[in-house]
Amino acid sequence: MGVEGIGARVTRKEDKRFITGKGRYTDDIALKDMTQAVFVRSPHAHAKILSIDVSKAKAAPGVVDVLTGADLAGDKIGGLICGWMIHSKDGTPMKAGAHPAIAFDKVRHVGDQVAVVIAETKNQARDAAELVEVEYEVLPAIIDLAGATAPGAPQVHAEAPNNLIYDWEIGDKAATDAALASAARIVTMDIVNNRLSPNPMEPRSAIGSYDEAEEHFTLYNTTQNPHVARLVLSAFVGIAPEHKLRVVAPDVGGGFGAKIFIYPEETVALWASKRIGGRPVKWTADRTEAFLTDCHGRDHVTHAEMGFDANNKIVGFRVHTIANLGAYMSTFSSSVPTYLYATLLSGQYDIPAIHANVEAVYTNTVPVDAYRGAGRPEATYLLERMMETAARELGEDPVELRRKNFITSFPHQTPVIMCYDAGDYEAHMSKALEASDYAGFAARKAESAARGKLRGIGLSCYIEACGIAPSQAVGSLGAGVGLWESAEVRVNPVGSIEILTGSHSHGQGHETTFAQLVNERLGVGINNIQIVHGDTDKVQFGMGTYGSRSGAVGMSAIVKALDKVEAKAKKIAAHLMEASEADIVIENGELKVAGTDKKLPFFQVALAAYTAHNLPAGMEPGLKEGAFYDPSNFTFPSGTYVCEVEVDPETGKVEIMQFVAADDFGNIINPMIVEGQVHGGLAQGIGQALLEGVSYDTESGQLLTGSYMDYTMPRADDVPSFNVMHTKTVCPGNPLGMKGCGEAGAIGSPPAVINAITNAIGVRDISMPATPAKVWAAIHGNA
Amino acid sequence: MASISMTVNGKSVTGTVEDRTLLVNFIRENVGLTGTHVGCDTSQCGACVVHVDGIAVKSCTMLAVQADGRSVTTIEGLASGDQLHPVQAAFREHHGLQCGFCTPGMIMAAVDMINRYGANLDEATIRHELEGNICRCTGYHNIVKAIQAAANEMAGLTQAAE
Ligand code: FES
Ligand code: FES
Repeated sequence: MGVEGIGARVTRKEDKRFITGKGRYTDDIALKDMTQAVFVRSPHAHAKILSIDVSKAKAAPGVVDVLTGADLAGDKIGGLICGWMIHSKDGTPMKAGAHPAIAFDKVRHVGDQVAVVIAETKNQARDAAELVEVEYEVLPAIIDLAGATAPGAPQVHAEAPNNLIYDWEIGDKAATDAALASAARIVTMDIVNNRLSPNPMEPRSAIGSYDEAEEHFTLYNTTQNPHVARLVLSAFVGIAPEHKLRVVAPDVGGGFGAKIFIYPEETVALWASKRIGGRPVKWTADRTEAFLTDCHGRDHVTHAEMGFDANNKIVGFRVHTIANLGAYMSTFSSSVPTYLYATLLSGQYDIPAIHANVEAVYTNTVPVDAYRGAGRPEATYLLERMMETAARELGEDPVELRRKNFITSFPHQTPVIMCYDAGDYEAHMSKALEASDYAGFAARKAESAARGKLRGIGLSCYIEACGIAPSQAVGSLGAGVGLWESAEVRVNPVGSIEILTGSHSHGQGHETTFAQLVNERLGVGINNIQIVHGDTDKVQFGMGTYGSRSGAVGMSAIVKALDKVEAKAKKIAAHLMEASEADIVIENGELKVAGTDKKLPFFQVALAAYTAHNLPAGMEPGLKEGAFYDPSNFTFPSGTYVCEVEVDPETGKVEIMQFVAADDFGNIINPMIVEGQVHGGLAQGIGQALLEGVSYDTESGQLLTGSYMDYTMPRADDVPSFNVMHTKTVCPGNPLGMKGCGEAGAIGSPPAVINAITNAIGVRDISMPATPAKVWAAIHGNA
Repeated sequence: MASISMTVNGKSVTGTVEDRTLLVNFIRENVGLTGTHVGCDTSQCGACVVHVDGIAVKSCTMLAVQADGRSVTTIEGLASGDQLHPVQAAFREHHGLQCGFCTPGMIMAAVDMINRYGANLDEATIRHELEGNICRCTGYHNIVKAIQAAANEMAGLTQAAE
């Protein structure tokens, strides 16, 4: 391993601009003659729009224009789409209602946009927005997912009777029913996965700019996938053909899923810029708007039964889940509670029969889509709460029950599509148990008890499928796009290198890790390597960053392009040194003839490629290669997390005494960055378990958690320092043997925390977030 | 509208602002320094922390007119030329940032914290002192490490200078 190569803890190339205040986020961009947009949003969860009077607002100081859904429809701007088709078990396609970028007949959640005010300054736009008069006929709202399909419930979309979007299933129902019928014991659980708001710290922002002379649009946007945004805005929304629309994602301040989707606001910023004659239109969310419009995550209610034989081996698992998709179907919402969730219900266990039935429903709430982990945290939470509870009820140690049911040989085909390629679950389990001194827990518990405190320990063994995804496979399951990735390697005549990638970094450190890969292969110093991403005018089509795919898929594309560059460089070097191509090796930035002292520095070969004075006969000049990489399978990171808590019975406050995370991510490029990804995921998972939860008034549909005064974000003194470690089984499916680490922490941690709390206070279940009030009530029997 | 003047990162700046203009908007829009960020509307997140007369202030919670005649330091004014401030260097060294959005506020809050506590900063104090700064990316682990390291280093530097 070189100092800047694969495996090195290299500090990040991108950091200098961020620590000196020179990052360039969307809201930092000020274009000439730029205007400011403020949306008028519905105060009602569900209402008919009877009339909108914009005359007073239009006359207000500084106002450039006020636009409504009728204007949008008049210009034939299409609605937003959901890009993954799910079929119900009866074969019918999902029932999606329309999703206009500005509502025109009906509003469907508090915060739904009904008009946009464009003014010279943001304050002027805000003031004028107050003057837009909207007359509503308020309708009863349906907020709670459990009642959404009940007869007589308010209807969110006419297209989806009983608010049912789809009623989907996976697995073998008959086999699962039979397995459960023959089981020695059945453990039953009702589990709620709480609704969360992703909350990247940078609020969403968009600047739309229209060039009248060129009939060309530019969008600066807080997006995780600029090419997908361009595709959707072109092909479906109909803003402009792709070659007339450039999407730029500059520095993006965190995403966690919330910035994957194509939202109404960027659509409107682009369209409005054209409407007002080409002046740029900027919109930046304030935090309350973020709570009201950024897609939420999770929000499942599940009933599950797991059957065991007399030896405590699992014989079958039956799951029924209702998933709340909110008021509109967001870009990838349909895939989250189906193929990203139920396909992981086998976890790390050998389960012969699984059947899952998922009903997705509309409610008058903010749309729900992927949030860090997307479906996999929900599966893991269900399964690991189930395993822990089963262990307690079967009278078996939770470690032993898991061990007994672990999958131990690979590849392993689960009953729910996935074929696990590699893993060693015992390895990370033993490592985590040792690191947490699991064996010494009883003594620590006694010590806590002596101080009047309740101590508990909980495990979670997660698996996730990431490196999304083999295009053909996802296509057959309904995805509207392929999920490959692209790369281009441009070697400059002086030997410095630009890597153009379809991946997008919004905190993951690609500028460093991708450069480390190139350094490993070509020996070029990372300061002579530039990673170019996030601009559809610069970078070839790419799919962006989510689902822990940028290492396993994005870097694999770079490997494929590097292979081609290397092959050509070797040909040139062989020609120049009059050697056989097969004898050329690349080491430390030099092309050498093996077994001799003949060598050429890489930059000389690059120069030769561009001067083209002496190239092998028939070879094209230049040294630049591209590749598209389509993975052959998902990758399957797995791990064991151990959480130990101490509960104060007087206050119900939970303190995390230690948190151990042992993950198998396959090969790792930069351990420092990987550990950072785990830390961040753990804090989000602990946040879900202890602090966070979107809350609505179920009568009025008002969002009760609309600011940081009400929605509890994890802060520094809510989380401990983490004890993070790795085991390794190499992923056979991609050239780097990598698995993906971006979501693991958020997937594995919630059940570990809740298992520890329920262990400490001796209750069967407690719903997330386990706030002090809830924990206190559970201890004192007032739950 | 009010005319105001202040020193920002050692340079004097003047401007005409609405009475309701927040200091953060003045810094970002009038002065054109966009390193100071806005992450919330309720004075909770700390992305906007700057120093006013040497003390950490949430610039979303102060009116621009209140800063009239005062001296403001933003993240852009922390390094001396190419020489990073030890807290900036420690954030890089310890991977105390991912997306970088909370980072300017975190660093400015950390500098203030170290100014107040010197080397007497333990993990619990750092975590408690960070209650006004939210980071969604790092889980705080490496931020705490970075601040601790910078505090130790700066204490060493002060001792060496004495
Ligand atoms: S923007 Fe000032 S505290 Fe959030
Ligand atoms: S580094 Fe992204 S919010 Fe802190």
